[in-house]
Amino acid sequence: MIEGGLNLYHLQLLLVGVMWTVCLSVIAFIGGGMLGGAVALCRISPVKALRWAAIAWIQLIQGTPLLVVLFVCYFGLSIMGLELPGLVAASFAMVVYVSAYLGEIWRGCIESVPRTQWEAAECLALSRWQRMRLVVLPQALRIATPPTVGFMVQIVKNTSLASIVGFVELVRAGQLINNSIFQPFLIYLIIAALYFAMCFPLSVWSRRLEQRLQFGNRLPSET
Amino acid sequence: MKEAPSMTPVVELKDVHKRFGANQVLKGVSFAIPKGQVTAIIGKSGSGKSTALRCINRLEVIDSGSIQVCGHAVHDSGIELRRLRMDVGIVFQSYNLFPHLTVEQNVTLAPKAVKGLSAGDARAIAERTLRQVGLAEKAQAYPEQLSGGQQQRVAIARSLAMEPQVMLFDEVTSALDPQLTGEVLRVIEQLAEGGMTMVLVTHEMDFAARVADSIIYMHEGKVWETGPGAMLRDPQTPELREFLSHGL
Repeated sequence: MIEGGLNLYHLQLLLVGVMWTVCLSVIAFIGGGMLGGAVALCRISPVKALRWAAIAWIQLIQGTPLLVVLFVCYFGLSIMGLELPGLVAASFAMVVYVSAYLGEIWRGCIESVPRTQWEAAECLALSRWQRMRLVVLPQALRIATPPTVGFMVQIVKNTSLASIVGFVELVRAGQLINNSIFQPFLIYLIIAALYFAMCFPLSVWSRRLEQRLQFGNRLPSET
Repeated sequence: MKEAPSMTPVVELKDVHKRFGANQVLKGVSFAIPKGQVTAIIGKSGSGKSTALRCINRLEVIDSGSIQVCGHAVHDSGIELRRLRMDVGIVFQSYNLFPHLTVEQNVTLAPKAVKGLSAGDARAIAERTLRQVGLAEKAQAYPEQLSGGQQQRVAIARSLAMEPQVMLFDEVTSALDPQLTGEVLRVIEQLAEGGMTMVLVTHEMDFAARVADSIIYMHEGKVWETGPGAMLRDPQTPELREFLSHGL
């Protein structure tokens, strides 16, 4: 071991890194999805203030590098007296980031449900919330699935930025190993392969969903 | 089988004006529709007939004038829209069924959500209205599995399920070929025989002449000529004569 090479212990460390990457991705997706749902609903709200707040939020986050959001969360919150561990700061930043993007993606999906569907529901005396919940959202959900799964790939890849605030996910684990064995090419090649193994299935799934959706629209109108 | 028309009309428009931007679509439209009667609104495209219909259930908000529908002041911005929509059913040219729901779910949605009916009661209504339009056996199908004519009949059943006082039909056969048009018109005719108050914007002149108790001919945003179905055989104005002569 003294001459230093990649050993089983290192691979184990990388797998732990993978686990944390997945963990952070899941937190980002669930938290960001919930906040993003709220952002999307605010974005199309009849209340002007809510609409403007949602637009401001989306523009602000989309106009800022995720890295900077991450620093703001990590250092900013600690200045405010909150001593946050890397995971919490990284989760916080990822949720913020995901909410702005998913909010805007989902807003588009909701608005791509034809106006005539709103109108038909309105003429059946459904309240605004009923129209949204019973008629529009179920249709928007179908439209939203492929781009949402596609965006999950971005989430997984962007969790790598959390390495910068010392959170030991996959990239950070690789850096630590590299510091001891100095084989960056090998290490990062392995890391790239691991990311690919996580993202590729998501891409394939997203493409499948997209094809199925198009097929659904092309169904012949005969029984 | 028709009820005798009562004195107070179910729908009454008085001097209704409506513009879209620079385009003055309705230029003082007035008409009244008595209970239990079928009224057909005819006219060229752009004559304002569809807009007039859509104003009746406030899908379009009028600029001036007044509209009374089943005791609701439709022109009043403080109107309780949901009460109005419970009394007024509408069927659209493009059916607008909910594609993610089965035929039965399309029909039971509003009775359950708006009137709070139990699943069982709502299903009973769906069964009855679907039988009325001849599609009881399609209850579990999805809209995309049906022909245009069948979809339109489901849309009629969906509207009927709310038991409206008035039914509005906005060019409901315009997207259908002649054979499918026939099956939809037969359903409307049955409703007419059942005494439903109906207003139809239509291009089906033979049908209008046969089924409608009165006909409103609209031209350039105004009511140009009104009369019983027979007026189509004996037009009084040159505009209506010309409109009818275009093979419609």
